[in-house]
Amino acid sequence: MRELFDATIERLFTDLATPAYVLGCEGGEWPAELWAAIDDSGFTFAGVSEALGGAEASWADMYGMVRAAGRFTVPAPLGEALLGNWLLSQAGLEGRAGSLSVAVNTVLVLEADRVSGIAHAVPWGRNVDAIVAVASTLSGAPSVVLLQRNTASEVTLALNVAGEPRDDLSFTDAQVLAQAPLPAGLDARVLELGGAMLRAAQTAGALHALLDMTANYARERQQFGKAIGSFQAIQQQLAVFAEQAAAAGIAAEAAFAESTDGLAGLTIAAAKVSTGEAASVGAGIAHSVHGAIGFTEEYPLHLLTRRLWAWRSEFGSASLWSQRLGEQICQAGSEAYWPLLTSHSQQPLTRLASNPA
Amino acid sequence: MAISQFTYSRLPAEAEALRAEVRAFIQKTLADYPVTLRAQSWMGFDAEFSKKLGAKGWVGMALPKAYGGAEAGPFARYVIIEELLAAGAPVSAHWIADRQSGPLINRFGTDAQKQHYLPAICRGESYFCIGMSEPNSGSDLASIKSNAVRDGDSWVLNGQKVWTTNAHHSNYMIALVRTGEKQAARHDGMSQFIVDLSLPGITIRPIRDLAGGEHFNEVFFDNVRVPADALIGSEGKGWDQVTAELAFERSGPERFLSCMALLKTLIDAVGKTPDALQSREIGRLSAKLLTLRNMSLSVTAQLAAGEHPAWAASCVKDLGNVFEQELPEVAQLLLETDPRQEGGSEYARVLAYLTQMAPSFSLRGGTREILRGIIARGLGLR
Repeated sequence: MRELFDATIERLFTDLATPAYVLGCEGGEWPAELWAAIDDSGFTFAGVSEALGGAEASWADMYGMVRAAGRFTVPAPLGEALLGNWLLSQAGLEGRAGSLSVAVNTVLVLEADRVSGIAHAVPWGRNVDAIVAVASTLSGAPSVVLLQRNTASEVTLALNVAGEPRDDLSFTDAQVLAQAPLPAGLDARVLELGGAMLRAAQTAGALHALLDMTANYARERQQFGKAIGSFQAIQQQLAVFAEQAAAAGIAAEAAFAESTDGLAGLTIAAAKVSTGEAASVGAGIAHSVHGAIGFTEEYPLHLLTRRLWAWRSEFGSASLWSQRLGEQICQAGSEAYWPLLTSHSQQPLTRLASNPA
Repeated sequence: MAISQFTYSRLPAEAEALRAEVRAFIQKTLADYPVTLRAQSWMGFDAEFSKKLGAKGWVGMALPKAYGGAEAGPFARYVIIEELLAAGAPVSAHWIADRQSGPLINRFGTDAQKQHYLPAICRGESYFCIGMSEPNSGSDLASIKSNAVRDGDSWVLNGQKVWTTNAHHSNYMIALVRTGEKQAARHDGMSQFIVDLSLPGITIRPIRDLAGGEHFNEVFFDNVRVPADALIGSEGKGWDQVTAELAFERSGPERFLSCMALLKTLIDAVGKTPDALQSREIGRLSAKLLTLRNMSLSVTAQLAAGEHPAWAASCVKDLGNVFEQELPEVAQLLLETDPRQEGGSEYARVLAYLTQMAPSFSLRGGTREILRGIIARGLGLR
């Protein structure tokens, strides 16, 4: 399944998500043509169970799609739609066609079939038809809800550093399109964890593209009568970049591969930390090697680097996830340390502190 | 592109199944082994411990059963060695034989050579060192001058090796020497020999390191006569054989676990209620450790599939060494504890020792600059 997804999405992005198209969408322009192609192909239903009309793909199967979305700097919530539909399906609800996003940082209360509260920094919140969120019922039990975006009572617009919409949506007694209790085994912060996993994969993809671009530039750009890539000073920098890009790739892949039964908390936390650090190092070296041309709007380097700077902080920075990990580790003590690491895939988010000191 | 070589590989269940047994064995056998000695990691020498591991079948376990191994596969070995390293077990005696020399002999040796060397390696009784560097040939290994000249049924060795870890404790050295003139290519004309270190004409002198330890040595060959079957592999193909070993040498968990004793004592010294900086740094390091382990496992999978992941192995070693070397620095950042050679807490003593050892991590097994040069070549820059 994975090979089919990867090959198809690669073609689609190559045709439609060109640098000019991506740049044109910055600032909140909805990529109607691109989204129509994604939606028509049924990609957003990949993680929905077969019983509910999806492909029942695993996260391991979906890794390549999310990574490709990063590599092509796709200006649309593909990962968010995959995550939203996966969660709906886990809760026994039907997947949602059309444009879909997730609300991760929320204070939402569900009373009967109506939701009130606020959803912060919803990716493409101003554009999408619907969003998936986890709301609290009056009894405190978490519930998966599907909300129609145009039922929001207030929309506060915001853009991340790459010009991607991250809008606040307020709801006042908004009627839900669907709801179901959050399945046992999933944490109330499942969407934060899923969001971190998505950004890790997108970061890994963007780093790969950035490394290709920078190595190519170093091979072609001539100074002092030879390619700048023939200088050891440049080679050593690019080697460090390559190591970081490789680390980011395997960390993100591990997070998806180990999310077989729910989401693999510790593995995802490690992925967000490793990809965040790699993003910082990689973007810095890419700009250093490119020189002034990389600082222009015309040259497409910034399409990648500005997204790396945005994604590394979304759904928890490397610092936040490090702190959560560190608190758990110190709590457990040194004897438990190595056993904890070697069983990383079985360490759920509930063991990680939600709000570190 | 080269970075696509890294794909995630989960440890197979049958390898994972060994973990509980080796953990229990370590706990029982090393119950009283102090943390200050555990800090030596794979430089800790204890022949008795190596023999006990051999008796369990955990040395040379990936080698064929016909030669005393278990044909257990690289992942089973991985679980065993990572548990040993994480615990700081004294594995130095058999380390090189298990990691490198045994697989080399198995790959390039004749049946007679395998019969002669491998069973004792698997029993944890036969120890090897690697003779590569010479006084004027460090990173530029191809410039070595030590040589072997054919004389009837034997070879006569002359020259000097240096920085040879464990030569003073080893039975054999696998030495890379010149057996012919440099041809068109500078890597031609070298061969590998298994040299019995008890032979006449060999002088071994330990070199004390900056912390007073004796791990590496100078080794002198003065008309050392070795039999024809000391040659391992093909005459003149020494460079290719050495290069084939490097992925094994550079991708294992010993390239990022050298400071485990410090990390563990640091966690306890910080205690159960860390401040924000302490939890962030310990969490950050642990995330990196997990990622390094996944990279290392990925290279292991490639080696198991018969591939030649020299590029990926260089990434593991360089990133791993940076990680290991960062640990004493982070420890200083998190706690106001003076390192102590003597006296002080266990943590202070482990910190003092590993602060001094850290520079060696990126020297042994290929320097940082050489590794990054290999990585740059993989990016098409050289």
